[in-house]
Amino acid sequence: MREIMTSSGDGQHIMLSTDDLRRNIVAGSVDAAQKGKIDGLTQAEINHLMDIFRQPAKTVSVEPGKEVIVSDDGAGLMASWGRPSAGHAIPISDHQSILMYERVYCGDTCGLGFPDYSYKPVKSAIGYARSHYKAISMLTTIPLVYGSQPNMGMYYHPSGPIEPPFDHFSKGEFEKGFQLQEEAARIMCNDIYYVAEQLYEVGCEAINLDTTGSAGDAEFWGVLQVVEDIKTKLPDMPVEMGMAGEEVIGMHGKLTYQGERLAGMYPHQQVEMAAKAGVDIFGVAVNSDTSESTPYNLARAVTFMKAAANNSPIPVHANSGMGVGGMPMTLLPPVGCSTRCAKALVEIGKADGL
Amino acid sequence: MGTGDSHGVAIAQIISSCMGGIRTAGDLVAWMQLTCKMKIDQAKESVAQKLNLNLQDLTNETTMSKVRSEKGLGSVIPDHVEYMGIAAKSKIAKLLDVPIHSVNLYEKHLEK
Repeated sequence: MREIMTSSGDGQHIMLSTDDLRRNIVAGSVDAAQKGKIDGLTQAEINHLMDIFRQPAKTVSVEPGKEVIVSDDGAGLMASWGRPSAGHAIPISDHQSILMYERVYCGDTCGLGFPDYSYKPVKSAIGYARSHYKAISMLTTIPLVYGSQPNMGMYYHPSGPIEPPFDHFSKGEFEKGFQLQEEAARIMCNDIYYVAEQLYEVGCEAINLDTTGSAGDAEFWGVLQVVEDIKTKLPDMPVEMGMAGEEVIGMHGKLTYQGERLAGMYPHQQVEMAAKAGVDIFGVAVNSDTSESTPYNLARAVTFMKAAANNSPIPVHANSGMGVGGMPMTLLPPVGCSTRCAKALVEIGKADGL
Repeated sequence: MGTGDSHGVAIAQIISSCMGGIRTAGDLVAWMQLTCKMKIDQAKESVAQKLNLNLQDLTNETTMSKVRSEKGLGSVIPDHVEYMGIAAKSKIAKLLDVPIHSVNLYEKHLEK
């Protein structure tokens, strides 16, 4: 029987038999279903995912009519950016890179941001961000979304003003640790709102709070509150919120939003909170396991994605970049994996976009 | 959000599953998601209704090229159309009847 070529979670090519492919898909779906307490994939969905991996073509695509919106977190700037962000470092401007993304690659929306992709450093470079946004938004026709990460970890020593709460946890000083996280969240909120307001003044069409929850439940808690502020005080500015992972890590553990404990929430619960705060498009992030196969990781991602899409009153996009959405954790993902992840997240996961 | 980070992933995923941006009606459907919180099917139906097209036409490059040119909605070939950038977005906001903040601000500046 023909073996199926796919990848491991670190991007290495691997070969699987049909039986192994099915075992990997079932295991990934069962893992997501158990962790999230959600429905696993049905037999028909497992067969559909099997078919996607078994297609002999190098790349696959969705059926005509099932196309979705593709949003991004810096893909439009990939050509012009170099380090510290992932990029090709071609000596062209961000203006040129974004117009290429709009008119050559034909993305549906495009992200703009600062190479040090967190709101804290953007605050220091706000004049640059404003003029950059204003000039480029005059030229673009597709929605231009300003993106950055809340990245609450940057507010702790040594890069920020707040003592690391974990030093206190290790001494059993829990209340102090909680208080420090809440303080970091408040400063983060002020920075995010400042940037949003400054960009709003130059006509910002939408803002993206990308990789939300990377520092745990206190970060998610803070971001939900700043979304409320943005939606209340800056009318007609849509908000996208993309998550950092499938589970909100309980670094604090006690924080709630509208009566719901945030720690331990999975995508189908996260999206409910985001919608209540006023988010317009929510991005589901499901992390890949580098020691598992892409079929395993994709089955997991699709299972979480489907539960979130079914439970959501707002459009849900699947984060499908490096190490999320079934994608291998590598800078150079095999094109067969990229397209198979996209097809499965849309056709089985019922994503409204990528 | 969406695609990104890894080298080459955006191009692969755009071809695999994207509506096609200004090559078709992708940006119009995206505006409906962003400004009206519409899920994909509802957003497509809304745009199709406003353009008096069927759903299949939204990703038909030939049809949409003509529609975009006639209505001034921008194109991948800027010198083939009258409107691009903020001018096209102004037309899009009126056609879809949605608020686009950059357009609102620009029009406010023109009135001063």
